[in-house]
Amino acid sequence: MRTMTPSTTELLLVPTADDRRVARHAAAAIVLTVAEAAVPLPLPGVKPGLANIVTLVVLARWGWREAAWVALLRVLVGSLVLGQFLAPGFFLSLAGSLASLAVLGAAMHLPGRWFGPVSHSVLAAFAHIGGQLVIARLWLVPHDGVFYLVPVFALAATLFGVVNGLLAARLLDAGLAPEAPRERR
Amino acid sequence: MSPRSRWSAGQAWLAAWACHLRAGDGLVLAAALAFCVVSALQLWQGGRPDKAVIKAGGQRFAEVDLSTPRIVEVPGPLGRTRIEIQPGRARVAADPGPRQYCVRQGWLTSAGAVAICAPNEVSLALSGRNADYDSLNY
Repeated sequence: MRTMTPSTTELLLVPTADDRRVARHAAAAIVLTVAEAAVPLPLPGVKPGLANIVTLVVLARWGWREAAWVALLRVLVGSLVLGQFLAPGFFLSLAGSLASLAVLGAAMHLPGRWFGPVSHSVLAAFAHIGGQLVIARLWLVPHDGVFYLVPVFALAATLFGVVNGLLAARLLDAGLAPEAPRERR
Repeated sequence: MSPRSRWSAGQAWLAAWACHLRAGDGLVLAAALAFCVVSALQLWQGGRPDKAVIKAGGQRFAEVDLSTPRIVEVPGPLGRTRIEIQPGRARVAADPGPRQYCVRQGWLTSAGAVAICAPNEVSLALSGRNADYDSLNY
């Protein structure tokens, strides 16, 4: 029995297991972003970046594509939740995330015997401040004065990079992901 | 808890975290710290002077590099003002002026710093590539 003429533009979106997993990881990252926003910080731009722990774990377990989804969804939704969407902070965050995803894409191919999540984390943290500084220099503060704070940002990137990397490594070793690891796509 | 057992608990805690570090991670960490140190040294030395500009009677008398120690004697209406240069700093060592303000200013160490011996019409100014100040006086 025909009840209705099917529309030619009808879209049927069925979330796959992958989609659900991305959403779950992104949700965890967003929670960390929002929680972190409540912590007072001495300098704008210096943040622990706890949400990157999620990105690192997802990168190691599920590959770069999924890590990119999680990281970018986190930037988008995190900024919406915090009321920062399309504000300068959003673009800084986006630039930093894109730069660190690019570096992570390269760093994940380093020999795993010697380079673990701590390396990935520190390299990504440096890429993050690099991306942010490029945007800041080109757009927000068109003066070389922004580079005056590079040593502070670099020290923060080193410190938080190590801490986040160690936390990610610990989570990975503890096998907290609900599903068994599978081959890298 | 005795200090000893607290010490070993701390060691165990450190070891539990350190086991997540791999050989290359130390390398990356060392490179990151090296970057911090080098960038701090490179970027935070704006105030370091590299030459001294000496003027007498409003005219440029000499421009001296601050790398080697030397003494410059500048003639003025009251007599000779002796300026002493050392690596990275300079001072007016002796001046015939009555109040000796420029001598008592002591060593000038940052770019933009100026010592003026007005009675003898001599001035000593340090300049640098990227000075923090245009002029600095006391």
